[in-house]
Amino acid sequence: MSSTGWLAAAGGSTQSIPAPHIEYGQLSPMLVVFGAAVVGILLEAFLPRRLRHWAQVVTALVGLAGAFVAVLVLAVQGYGTTKVGAIAMGAVALDGPTLFLQGVILLVAVVAVLTYAERRLEPKAGGEPADAFAAQASATPGGEQERSAIRAGFTTSEVFPLTMFAVGGMLLFPAANDLLTMFVALEVFSLPLYLLCALARRRRLLSQEAAVKYFLLGAFASAFFLFGTALLYGYAGTVRLGEVAEVISGNALLTPALVSSTQNDALLLVGLAMLTVGLLFKVGAVPFHSWTPDVYQGAPTPVTGFMAAATKVAAFGAVLRLFYVAFPALRLDWRPVLWGVAILTMVVGAVLAVTQQDVKRLLAYSSIAHAGFILTGVIASNRQGVGSVLFYLLAYSFVTLGAFAVVTLVRDSKGEATHLSSWAGLGRRSPLVAAVFALFLLAFAGIPLTSGFTGKFAVFQAAAAGGATPLVIVGVLSSAVAAFFYIRVIVLMFFSDPQPGGPTVAVPSAFTATAIGIGVLVTIGLGLLPQYFLDLASKAVFFVG
Amino acid sequence: MNSLIPLLVAAPLAGAVLLLLGGRAFDRLGHWLATALAALSFGFGLALFSDMLGRDAEDRTLTQHLFSWIPVNGFQADISFQLDQLSMTFVLLITGVGTLIHLYSVGYMAHDERRRRFFAYLNLFLAAMLLLVVADNYLLLYFGWEGVGLASYLLIGFWQHKPSAATAAKKAFIVNRVGDMGLSIAIMLMFVEFGSFAFEPVFGAAGSASEGKLTAIGLMLLLAACGKSAQVPLQSWLGDAMEGPTPVSALIHAATMVTAGVYLITRSGAIFNLAPDAQTAVVVVGAVTLLFGAIVGCAKDDIKKALAGSTMSQIGFMILAAGLGPIGYAFAIMHLVTHGFFKAGLFLGAGSVMHGMNDEVNMRHYGGLRKYMPVTFVTFGLGYLAIIGFPGLSGFFSKDKIIEAAFAKGGTEGWILGLCTLVGAAVTAFYMTRVMILTFFGEKRWQPDAEGHDPHPHESPKTMTVPMIVLAFGSVFAGGLFAFHESFLTWLEPVTGHEEGNSPLTPLVVTLLTTACMLAGVALSYLMYGRSAVPVVPPYGSPLTRAARRDLLQDDFNHAVLVRPGSALAAALVYFDSRGLDGFVNGLAATIGGVSSRLRRIQNGYVRTYALSMFGGTLVLVATTLLMRSV
Repeated sequence: MSSTGWLAAAGGSTQSIPAPHIEYGQLSPMLVVFGAAVVGILLEAFLPRRLRHWAQVVTALVGLAGAFVAVLVLAVQGYGTTKVGAIAMGAVALDGPTLFLQGVILLVAVVAVLTYAERRLEPKAGGEPADAFAAQASATPGGEQERSAIRAGFTTSEVFPLTMFAVGGMLLFPAANDLLTMFVALEVFSLPLYLLCALARRRRLLSQEAAVKYFLLGAFASAFFLFGTALLYGYAGTVRLGEVAEVISGNALLTPALVSSTQNDALLLVGLAMLTVGLLFKVGAVPFHSWTPDVYQGAPTPVTGFMAAATKVAAFGAVLRLFYVAFPALRLDWRPVLWGVAILTMVVGAVLAVTQQDVKRLLAYSSIAHAGFILTGVIASNRQGVGSVLFYLLAYSFVTLGAFAVVTLVRDSKGEATHLSSWAGLGRRSPLVAAVFALFLLAFAGIPLTSGFTGKFAVFQAAAAGGATPLVIVGVLSSAVAAFFYIRVIVLMFFSDPQPGGPTVAVPSAFTATAIGIGVLVTIGLGLLPQYFLDLASKAVFFVG
Repeated sequence: MNSLIPLLVAAPLAGAVLLLLGGRAFDRLGHWLATALAALSFGFGLALFSDMLGRDAEDRTLTQHLFSWIPVNGFQADISFQLDQLSMTFVLLITGVGTLIHLYSVGYMAHDERRRRFFAYLNLFLAAMLLLVVADNYLLLYFGWEGVGLASYLLIGFWQHKPSAATAAKKAFIVNRVGDMGLSIAIMLMFVEFGSFAFEPVFGAAGSASEGKLTAIGLMLLLAACGKSAQVPLQSWLGDAMEGPTPVSALIHAATMVTAGVYLITRSGAIFNLAPDAQTAVVVVGAVTLLFGAIVGCAKDDIKKALAGSTMSQIGFMILAAGLGPIGYAFAIMHLVTHGFFKAGLFLGAGSVMHGMNDEVNMRHYGGLRKYMPVTFVTFGLGYLAIIGFPGLSGFFSKDKIIEAAFAKGGTEGWILGLCTLVGAAVTAFYMTRVMILTFFGEKRWQPDAEGHDPHPHESPKTMTVPMIVLAFGSVFAGGLFAFHESFLTWLEPVTGHEEGNSPLTPLVVTLLTTACMLAGVALSYLMYGRSAVPVVPPYGSPLTRAARRDLLQDDFNHAVLVRPGSALAAALVYFDSRGLDGFVNGLAATIGGVSSRLRRIQNGYVRTYALSMFGGTLVLVATTLLMRSV
């Protein structure tokens, strides 16, 4: 903007600022979740400690269910298919991908909250049932203050409102129609996650280290995102995705100032690259993946499951929107870069997983490899690609949640026994739990009749149709490498002798059991009868322009 | 009435399921349940039969569509049945003789711990065989065909604790697989050629297919028939299959299994009639096998193996007749039915002898048993007279017809086939007389068994003798009944068709020649075995005898021609697999593992390293993006 513009705005005291027009009904999924989060904070402030746990669980579940109903209502009214449009003064896009991904995130959050609510796995502390979270997060690990907090039976029931805030941000992230809203959403869901990572009851130092690492690197990545936004604004004079696309393709009316800046492609390309970095960090793509194993390992396992599933869904929603809405005209520029990233991600994720000895780190590398697989669907840059990515996210998130929920069950005296050697012979002692975990591993590996196969098939098919056959070949080869370490765990569980004094499988309450059950149902259901959801995903591929 | 057809199969199938899954609850009375269900199936068969007799000859085919298994456009796999005169004949034979064998097994297997399982398999065998003959398409027939293979495997290896039985079961199964491949290829060829594998459309369209394709289908069907019916070159399993309990041998040889091949060729007559080359192949296989089996039968000292050779030879007669086309189809089936009676009787008789002789099977250790086992002697004797074709008994009528049909083929071919069958008839008389003399006449040559117990031959219990008596009636009268006014021919003609052919000899001459050959065989045998004492230890014998004792070296041949090259190929593949493929795979895995361990070091836990790597990554990303634009 020129300096005269600023003066005009400052001097025009007669002009009133128009009240923004907000479509509350159409924003209701996010509003309900944020509302529930605020209620959670109030409960935390006013309820006696004993009652908080149940009140929080109920509030969170009711809020999530309400938001999901709102999504369904919007979908039934046709907002995902026929009435797509931008709302809240164009800041939020209400279209197929938004509603589909919001639905998935909400379901994922329901399952995650169920695993948060588990209080039967940890031994009782101070006569009170204990959950997976620190007694008092602010206490020094191993200090006297912590011991007394444990004796008093404290827990950190703030995890529920924190999670709800994160969910609210995740709902906004894939719906954000301009870069600033996207950035705000990114921060809204990231900050609670940093905190949640630090809240493990056991191995608190590891947990806090993970949180700090995540926070530092996350801030670093956010800075890139913000810098990219600034550069892009410098190029296009707008942060709205659709308008950026118009400017790039030369269809927009340009002010004289912009005419010169649009000559400078460096602004555009560097801005694009930096936005990409910010988002690739969140999906955990190589070379921005190094936080993943450390954070996944250190965070409380229910949080890891939530993070691994929901963050990926939200972040890939934003990736899709950014590349398909703002930069379709730059396809020739970003596709080769994403090709390289996808190949690196698949190969590094699969190869590094081979030598992992800790089950949570193993799943972390597996999630990196899966990010690569999903990227191949993004690169397809056709409608099929969007549908396949949506389906893959749905399938993958439930497998991940289920797998991490099973990890919470295998325990020894020091808490969860995550070292792979202690999983030897699990199939002999707890055939059911081992079989369920084997099912999830097979789904990760993409074995037919599981959801993993359908998803992988869909993205590879889309990528091949989009002219990325070499990428598909790399994907299949990485899948073969990945299958090795999944199957290795199955072999370990079923064909090795149990260690003496090895871990036991704790009997969970109905919460975790339900969470795992839902994971199994979705995994098998999407493997056997995927057609309905494939259709749903392929109907939800239209972005607001 | 149509709805009874599925029940024919369902009754024994239900028995098999109940007995296998029902567990110990059926230990006490399961065998009677199985027998009752077999009898029930026979009852259904009789009801359908009387209904069929009540209708006109042209209107006797019943069909019953149960459901469409795979209803895809252009690929219709239906579970539906067809019952015509040919199927009806088989149904009555299978269920009738099958029921008698069930009854016999009640006595024979009384002391076996796994009796319930045995009866379940017997029921399964019946069900599979019934499915095979009432299917209205080749795919369903194939299902029954495989079921027969499975049941025979389970029954031949029933005494699985004996390595020889386990091996025999495997051998039967594997050799049968070769034939099964033929059937499956034939079905695929049919589907490609006719777009269907149901009998009606295939036979209807057979005329429009080229002769080459029909010949290919016919040869594949013949290969299938060779497997199930133990015809050269897939005959080797039959002798070893005697390792199963004797009722199983009776079932395999009389009512089920080996008759399946004859059924297949007769049923596929519409195809063979248009493929003369395939028919020639069938005839050659039949002629070779009838002599092969007969020669083997002459040299065996094991009573069951002698009878097994005889089965091979008799089925050879039937295959030969079926290969003659409409001249012989009806007689092939007629001989099949009469053979069903007397061969079942002979096997049950052999089982009865073994039962009384501490499971001794070596005929050189028998002798003079007629006084100790009068019922067995009489029934076995009647079966013997029937199989050698003694005038007036069943075998006489049916075998005579086949020999006539062989001559009626006409020309040189007719003479060759006719002479083959005559020689076969003479040799049959020879070796069956030998069996008879060695077992029931002459001196006692009894030997104590392995535990030192002397045998105390005795007549078998009623459950065993009653079936033998019933079968003896069949052996005596069935042939006459069928030949009376050519009733059997009239019955089957609507399905198989019939031609007279042009025989150079009159029927009377053929009959006289046959009888003369038979008498010559009996006389020679009497001279060799009846006049002088039979040595307990077999003499060294001529090279032919020694070869025949070894089943004409069939196993040596298979071993040299198939097994050894096969093993060599497998060894080579294993070598290639373990050195080549495994080496490559393991090397690849080791490489990936090595790369993985090295890459792991980058993940050192320091946030500064991570940030640096992110920064480097960003630089590369930005640079690449800019570079992409410039190139």
